[in-house]
Amino acid sequence: MADVASLSTSAQALRRHATGPSGPKPRHVLSRRNIFLYGTLIVVALYYLLPLYVMIVTSLKGMPEIRLGNIFSPPMEITFEPWVKAWASACTGLNCDGLSRGFWNSVRITVPSVLLSIAIASVNGYALANWRFKGADTFFIILIVGAFIPYQVMIYPIVIILREIGIYGTLTGLVIVHSIFGMPILTLLFRNYFTSMPEELFRAARVDGAGFWGIYLRIMLPMSLPIFVVAIILQVTGIWNDFLFGVVYTRPDTYPMTVQLNNIVNSVQGVKEYNVNMAATILTGLVPLIVYFISGKLFVRGIAAGAVKG
Amino acid sequence: MAAEIANPSVSIQDLSLNFGAVSVLQTLNLDVADGEFIVLLGPSGCGKSTLLNCIAGLLDISDGRIFIKGKNVTWEEPKDRGIGMVFQSYALYPQMTVERNLSFGLRVAGVPKDEIAKRIARAAEILQIEPLLQRKPSALSGGQRQRVAIGRALVRDVDVFLFDEPLSNLDAKLRSELRVEIKLLHRRLKNTMIYVTHDQIEAMTLADRIAVMKGGVIQQLDAPQTIYNRPVNRFVAGFLGSPAMNFIDGRLEKDGGDWHFAVEDVRIPLATYAFEKEPAPGPAVFGIRPEHVAFNSGTGWPFTATANVEVVEPMGSDTLVWLKLGQQNFTVRVTSERTPKNGDAVSIGFDPLRASLFDGQTGDRI
Repeated sequence: MADVASLSTSAQALRRHATGPSGPKPRHVLSRRNIFLYGTLIVVALYYLLPLYVMIVTSLKGMPEIRLGNIFSPPMEITFEPWVKAWASACTGLNCDGLSRGFWNSVRITVPSVLLSIAIASVNGYALANWRFKGADTFFIILIVGAFIPYQVMIYPIVIILREIGIYGTLTGLVIVHSIFGMPILTLLFRNYFTSMPEELFRAARVDGAGFWGIYLRIMLPMSLPIFVVAIILQVTGIWNDFLFGVVYTRPDTYPMTVQLNNIVNSVQGVKEYNVNMAATILTGLVPLIVYFISGKLFVRGIAAGAVKG
Repeated sequence: MAAEIANPSVSIQDLSLNFGAVSVLQTLNLDVADGEFIVLLGPSGCGKSTLLNCIAGLLDISDGRIFIKGKNVTWEEPKDRGIGMVFQSYALYPQMTVERNLSFGLRVAGVPKDEIAKRIARAAEILQIEPLLQRKPSALSGGQRQRVAIGRALVRDVDVFLFDEPLSNLDAKLRSELRVEIKLLHRRLKNTMIYVTHDQIEAMTLADRIAVMKGGVIQQLDAPQTIYNRPVNRFVAGFLGSPAMNFIDGRLEKDGGDWHFAVEDVRIPLATYAFEKEPAPGPAVFGIRPEHVAFNSGTGWPFTATANVEVVEPMGSDTLVWLKLGQQNFTVRVTSERTPKNGDAVSIGFDPLRASLFDGQTGDRI
């Protein structure tokens, strides 16, 4: 209210001579606009949050309570048993050590894939944006076309290639596959970001004597934190959530978490343990969720920085 | 043409640059004397910044040679050419403090720490940026940033300074202040400086010699006063001077022994005009600057006429008066006290000695 007071000096002068509207236009909390706006927001938010609510509630119930069929009612007796079982002792095929095995597999897939793909793609993007080498445009077009080829077309050829070089079914193979498939979109992302940086900065660094790696490491890298955060989020969530490559390129003992989740949820023997399934699903989705929560602000800033000139 | 320079600091020989089929610079030659302040002046797209980037080594040339301090640097990297460059957008490294910005080039080159400190102290003293050394560029004003950018060129201890429109991003007041500072800096350092601008005031005030460029070709290379008073063609005449020179399309005619310029029923005698070359009758353009026309000054001028005032533009220190001389538009610059009113009939007079005559077809000076 302080700045309203300071602004109103001229308004006071006017008020002495005229009556009628003056000062800020009054806003009603229950105006038609507000009802529509917040009404829509609340409905949409509920629509998205309801399934999550059902999952959390179900995962905290025992099986007898679930059989009553009241999926929206809160648990009468809270139990963490399903969570423990999902993590440590749910059975998938031969193993009965729960999701923990898949979790660590996924970590061992995601971390190197993210680091490798971002390291290569950022240098790619930097070279394409700043060092207009001969054939750069052709190279870029080929890379972008690569982003539009359906994965299904390439699955079998890659199986053969991995088998021939002897890393089919290993985590190394999957890491390489993830890094390659992340390349087009990440390179595009980095190229656009580096293109948006003032060209004169790059020229100044060249006059100062910095070379290809010098400019990349000492000038460009420190300026591109936002776009690295975007790339990390894209890759972590993308690779963590991947199912297709995981199921095709690994063996049961190296299955990532998503594939294992599927095996737990879709196992046909015995009673369907809905509470364990819900807990397992939430556990699997927790990593991307945490990444979003931690980096939400940086993510938005990075997307904006990549889109418009920074 | 200017005399040959014995020991040029920068020498550009038959330089050409093509982007695909587009020719940006065409067999360009330019010699810059040691310690000289050269301004490359021209409209946007004339190739002046491109030429500067070629000298800096930031653009690969298509043909020709570049010498700096007698050394052929045509294939050298920018850092090995002995140049420092100041950019229009300052191009300071945003994540580094002013001090780190200044020292970056030296650190890359592996200069010892105490030597770096010494050079930074000297540059900071010259540019009066000592209190700013620990700040980030984002905490500086435009003028301070440009000072740091100049400092970055200064610490590298180079022979040649290249300025790429360094003042274009500043407001008018700061621009004129920094202009003077650059002039003082040049006087103190005595380095060779090549300065690109589209601002004719900067060019006139700073330059030892101005190279006026158009379409990748240097139109005229001369001292500022010569370029202003004796432009070699119509383009140079029109580009320099604000308000612009008056141009009148007409014919060059010989009447008895005397040449005169004829337009409609007006005859301008050219007895006092110093012809550049042997005149020939035919279409021509007569140019005279607004400040070279006398206003309501009676007789005694080789040429006098009466004209009607169309528009009056007060500009503070003086006033620009738009006249109609027959069918021709004509501007005159007068002191503010003698401002006429719209519709007044006034008498004007000038001496063709101050005028410029251009060929009607080629636009070259006659």
